[in-house]
Amino acid sequence: MNKLYHKVDNIAGNVITLRAPGIKYRELAEVTSRTGTSLAQVIRLQNEEVSLQVFAGARGVATDARVRFLARPMQIPYSESLLGRVFTGAGKPRDKGPTLHGGEVPIGGPSVNPAKRIIPRNMVRTGIPMIDVFNTLVESQKLPIFARAGEPFNPMLARIALQAEVDVIILGSMGLKHDDYLYFRDTLEESGALSRSVMFVHTAADPVVECLLVPDVCLAVAEQFALEGKRVLTLLTDMTNFADAMKEIAITMEQIPSNRGYPGDLYSQLAARYEKAVDFDTAGSITILAATTMPGDDVTHPVPDNTGYITEGQFYLSGGRIEPFGSLSRLKQQVNKDTRDDHRVIMDSLIQLFAGYRETLEKQTMGFRMSKWDQKLLKYGQRFEKEMMDLSVNIPLEKALDLGWEILADCFDPMETDIQSDVIEKFWPKRNAKDAEEKESGEDKTDTKKPATKDEKPEQDEQSNSDKDKE
Amino acid sequence: MNQTSGKIAGINGNMITVAFEGAVSQNEVGYACLDDLRLMCEVVRIRGKKADMQVFEDTTDLSIGDTVEFTGELLSAELGPGLLTQVYDGLQNPLPRLAEQCGFFLQRGVYLDALPREQKWSFSPTAKVGDTLTAGETLGTVPEGIFEHRIMVPFSLPGNWKVEKIAGKGDFTVTDTIATLSDEQGHETNVSMMQRWPVKLPIQAYAERLRPEDTLVTKVRSVDTFFPVAKGGTYCIPGPFGAGKTVLQQLTSRNADVDIVIIAACGERAGEVVETLREFPELTDPRTGKSLMERTVIICNTSSMPVAAREASVYTGVTLAGYYRQMGLNVLLLADSTSRWAQALRETSGRLEEIPGEEAFPAYLESVIASFYERGGIVRLKDGSIGSVTIGGTVSPAGGNFDEPVTQATLKVVGAFHGLSRARSDARRYPAIDPIDSWSKYPSVVDQEDIAFARDIIKRGTEIGQMIKVVGEEGTAMDDFIVHLKGEYLDAVYLQQSGFDPIDAATDADRQKTVFHVTTEFLRTPMSFKDKEEARHFFHQLTQLHKDWNRASMEDDAFKEIEKKLRNLVGEVSTDE
Repeated sequence: MNKLYHKVDNIAGNVITLRAPGIKYRELAEVTSRTGTSLAQVIRLQNEEVSLQVFAGARGVATDARVRFLARPMQIPYSESLLGRVFTGAGKPRDKGPTLHGGEVPIGGPSVNPAKRIIPRNMVRTGIPMIDVFNTLVESQKLPIFARAGEPFNPMLARIALQAEVDVIILGSMGLKHDDYLYFRDTLEESGALSRSVMFVHTAADPVVECLLVPDVCLAVAEQFALEGKRVLTLLTDMTNFADAMKEIAITMEQIPSNRGYPGDLYSQLAARYEKAVDFDTAGSITILAATTMPGDDVTHPVPDNTGYITEGQFYLSGGRIEPFGSLSRLKQQVNKDTRDDHRVIMDSLIQLFAGYRETLEKQTMGFRMSKWDQKLLKYGQRFEKEMMDLSVNIPLEKALDLGWEILADCFDPMETDIQSDVIEKFWPKRNAKDAEEKESGEDKTDTKKPATKDEKPEQDEQSNSDKDKE
Repeated sequence: MNQTSGKIAGINGNMITVAFEGAVSQNEVGYACLDDLRLMCEVVRIRGKKADMQVFEDTTDLSIGDTVEFTGELLSAELGPGLLTQVYDGLQNPLPRLAEQCGFFLQRGVYLDALPREQKWSFSPTAKVGDTLTAGETLGTVPEGIFEHRIMVPFSLPGNWKVEKIAGKGDFTVTDTIATLSDEQGHETNVSMMQRWPVKLPIQAYAERLRPEDTLVTKVRSVDTFFPVAKGGTYCIPGPFGAGKTVLQQLTSRNADVDIVIIAACGERAGEVVETLREFPELTDPRTGKSLMERTVIICNTSSMPVAAREASVYTGVTLAGYYRQMGLNVLLLADSTSRWAQALRETSGRLEEIPGEEAFPAYLESVIASFYERGGIVRLKDGSIGSVTIGGTVSPAGGNFDEPVTQATLKVVGAFHGLSRARSDARRYPAIDPIDSWSKYPSVVDQEDIAFARDIIKRGTEIGQMIKVVGEEGTAMDDFIVHLKGEYLDAVYLQQSGFDPIDAATDADRQKTVFHVTTEFLRTPMSFKDKEEARHFFHQLTQLHKDWNRASMEDDAFKEIEKKLRNLVGEVSTDE
């Protein structure tokens, strides 16, 4: 018995109110007026007054619009046939494929019992040394990519999607530019990954309420795949748009804003989505990578700030590269002890030396004298930036570790790296000086200096203490 | 008893408005009935014949006119043997048993008994028939793991009670009657091993509150030496994300010198709770040799669990802590993070459309935070024994800015402040407790004069360090340069601690005394060097060797040997005598 109503009392923003008895909270309704039909959801009940959020926006909704209540909350049909398809935030096909029916699952379901979670233990290989070596991505991790608008976070997400060893890729986009949507679709299609992907796309031109649904729909589907034992990678871009959509709705609903206009429950709302990342005891997993643009490159802006408190680390994308300082994977120590013996050593040493390079750069710009040690650091830093940090570098972890040793050996003497002697013994590339010279001139055309010979003890960085990541 | 009931008249998020008949009290618990599901909720405001209630669960599918049953009780916790080793949600539902019943997800409307009802405990009476007792005095004991769990006269019984009957030695469940008491008018009441207590009220069945004076050793050097915590004291750890708040609390929960640790994971990451959950049973408590879990209770209401229960979780935690304090035990309550709880208050306040205070937090935020921390404290019980509740809360200030309302409200009421700094954590200097901004009002494990001296070195060293950045090393005087290096040395070998090395991670009080004494001796030694290069080289060597010292067990010969080497090293550059 679907109830039908013909009188809308108020329309404000995307919210309409009407009088209707016996309606359930969060129930769905169909709103039909001259401009078309849209789904809507109950967001407030006050006596017999029902407030509905219209997914397609209230523009064109008439006071005599037909409202039919569906007696069910928002659901999404789930089956294997989702794979390879593109939908809108409300779950309508966006490609030319058929509408799916059957196997409906509710969105925004209950959270996972912590007692059923396990400690994450599998590395996700991405082929990006700045991730694999320095801030390893771990299955079931939730990680945002913090970037200014304009940074290439979408290509980076696409690359990780293609290269990560996962069973299912779910892409949710919020406020995406149409070109970027096409870029994602074409990239996945060309590489043949589309057949294991599902896309829920909300572009900047689509109604703002649908934007709110995207993460929930994506994660509801991801959860179903994970329960079937699949390893799912969920990519969300861009969560700042999601937060802005929430802000827009909250203000229309006359909620009291807390910080820069965002609703007081921003943290809880973001956490409810990110916390869906999980490694199930006895089933699959969900890993979440989410682009979060930082308005004004300000990490203390409420969206990146709240996100940072929720997620297990963050990648900073700056100047088209993953910034080694500030970027952090809180779960890396769960996996980087089992990859290769030299993984942690390379991770620590390269970063420490790179920190030295940055200091030297600063000194250089301030016009201080460059010592021999500074020269070495400059040479090292430039190679590191070019061969490790550049996002176009695509090598497996082991190759990246080997490359790390090569760069070290080309730039420094073993004792200058502060690496324990037994590790040096085992991993330091063994070669004679002549080889090194040849290799270097072949590889590094810009730097024609001779490889540094043994000279006086370098200025030690006074902070060269055990630089272990305790995060 | 006449049960009040009402009908739902409005729903907005997790807030429902209920039109009721009869009497309803503030903070009373009710259940919203949705078919055969009953969703727990709590009265937060009453206006005429309408009560605003926050629902501890998702409100989807509720509709206008649904029945709400009032219970007449405030939100309460079950107290009795069997609390230790448990993992609860904010409403004291045992999560592992919930998982057995409901599978992967937390189904709403499922409430389980907090204490296992079928388990038998071996009771030995200590009170005799005819004894007159008051609330909180002991009737008998049961062994619970490594502790003697006192079965007490329920805290809710006012006045004097005479023991009419008491069970002999034997095995009982928590609901069996073990004693019958009568008050001065002769009204009898039956007492079991379990009692209920409203979580938002402090337990005050003790003789008097004392001043916290003994240091609570956490084995974190910068805490115990520089910014100590006292048994029965309160402290807070504010810090931006990634500064290591949770890691610091995890280390404390493992190493702190207390009897019982209660971890209230409030609105934080589930993954971190899982680590504790999975690792604690495997770790041994150095004090007892038993699993760490045996002294631990975990209350977890992670960030994705219902917001209203988040507030309940810290209160449940502090109630359990107060209960064990009544047994003469030292309890440490770690709340991570109080900001999430404050945000939950803010969400509720927003839905009630209250006039907002700063950053939209409710105006009563400060008094709520103050009364929570005031539930800590060291007390003398009625039998003369001493028990304490120490509260350590993390604060997650928005944007890492300590000027925000939650941090400021907390700072007013705590006895120690461990401010974590982004600059330190970026430089990988852990624990990232800022040595200049932090403070404590409690006594340290080491001599006060040495601390003042060491703090001065750090402060001057930092200032000189900033100067060097501007004028370069060439423009810095040698004496200043040495102070700077001394400051860096102290930071590297004493303030910084490796969480991975088992010996370095946990430095007990004796060792801190010994090591700090030697370290300050070095700092006091006047030194001279040929040039800055030599000075830097010397301190580099000293730091390296001292770090090896930190990793050597105090019982080993290596400890003495390295100490000798260190002294020799310093002797070479000393200008004393």
